[in-house]
Amino acid sequence: MIEVSKIFKSFDEKKVLEDISAQFHQSKCNFVIGASGSGKSVLMKCMVGLMDVDKGQIKYGGTDFVSLDYDQKKEIRKEIGMLFQGTALFDSLNVEDNIAFPLRMFTKMTPEEVIERVNFCLQRVNLQNVNKLFPSSISGGMKKRVGIARAIALNPKYLFCDEPNSGLDPITSRLIDELIKEITLEYDITTIINTHDMKSLFEMGDNIIFIYKGLKWWEGAKADIRSSGNKELLDFMKASEF
Amino acid sequence: MYHMKFFENLGYYFLFLKGLLSKPERFNVFRKQTILEMDSIGIGSFGIVSLISIFTGAVSTIQIGYQLVSGLVPEYLIGRIVRDSNILEFSPTVTCLVLAGKVGSSIASEIGTMKVTEQIDALEIMGVNSANYLVLPKIVAGVITIPLLVTYAMVLSLVGGAISGVLSGIINPEYFVKGLRADFIPFSVFFSMIKSFTFAFIITSVSSFHGYKTEGGALEVGQSSTKAVVYSCMGIIFFDYIISQMFLQR
Repeated sequence: MIEVSKIFKSFDEKKVLEDISAQFHQSKCNFVIGASGSGKSVLMKCMVGLMDVDKGQIKYGGTDFVSLDYDQKKEIRKEIGMLFQGTALFDSLNVEDNIAFPLRMFTKMTPEEVIERVNFCLQRVNLQNVNKLFPSSISGGMKKRVGIARAIALNPKYLFCDEPNSGLDPITSRLIDELIKEITLEYDITTIINTHDMKSLFEMGDNIIFIYKGLKWWEGAKADIRSSGNKELLDFMKASEF
Repeated sequence: MYHMKFFENLGYYFLFLKGLLSKPERFNVFRKQTILEMDSIGIGSFGIVSLISIFTGAVSTIQIGYQLVSGLVPEYLIGRIVRDSNILEFSPTVTCLVLAGKVGSSIASEIGTMKVTEQIDALEIMGVNSANYLVLPKIVAGVITIPLLVTYAMVLSLVGGAISGVLSGIINPEYFVKGLRADFIPFSVFFSMIKSFTFAFIITSVSSFHGYKTEGGALEVGQSSTKAVVYSCMGIIFFDYIISQMFLQR
């Protein structure tokens, strides 16, 4: 489980996150939704340590990530997998080397074991015969799958997905959603998903946090959204044609 | 205001260099990366360095021959001046200015693109010290490869000088070779190596720094690449003066 409490973050004078507290549960797809510029990406970046918070705590299984030094943070980061909006696959490496990268960097696996693990991860995301292809020569949906395969290569405890469906057609979007859901349950991962896609949310969301102008505006289960009576949340849904 | 920005960037540059100084995560990965970078910087620049050196040597012979028209000046002095000017100045400085354009822009755009496409964030989230993983091999490769390229450039510029001297009838080969061998001071080569190491460090570190602090998109990557070349060239010229002042004063 990840627990954030009383998170504050500002850029110069502009307050981006104010007093955000939330819990992200294990084996669940925890959604963070909100309009562009609401602060949800900043929250995610603070949670994985790409940005420092001004104030507050981020606890990974009880350990406060914020108070750790660089080397201690590195140990927690090895338990984190992240699927980026633009996939962030390494251009200079082929698919196999992209997935093998964390394995070669942080494990003592033999080359044969690394390839075996890479093939297992690729199979898990329903990709075959793409090992030697470079990211520039595969489709957006395939890139997302390779991104997921790389994220799960080290058996992470926590999976962060930043706009996993952006730029994908509806069918591929649903396939990626299903994959994330399956992986979350199969490996008992705490998954946090940043999205605008309300269809994804209604299909796989377990716990939903709505961020509005840097504040946690609403939190609950998907079944409670329509009856929440929260004007901003309902407006956000309407704008998303739900 | 402009100087404050300059000193702020200088401060960030030194902090960036400090961030590089940690033990590589995996030494075999570091070694592999360094060899790849040596191939890219060294072998990849072989052609342009060859061309530049031959013509620099050739032009310096023609210009010195043109200026030393007095019958009182021994002809072999042309070879001697060509040797000293190429070893002391043209080969290290011109070669490194060219490499600042070729290697520097390539490093800045590569790292800048990785930055704006979140590839560097991906490394950090995996627990990899991205500066150490990406930049240290480039600096190590540059510091090894660029002095070798400069040494090669020295030899080739003298060959180019000899060819142009003979072809244009300015000097006969025996006098040119006599000039090359006359009063040779081995310290000149050592001096040139000091410059090459310094310039190599400037090119690779300044370019990596500009790539690393890129934010935005394709436009900013281009701007970082331009800044990398401009600041590397400025650094080369500045340290050329400092090193000459330090080592060549009689």
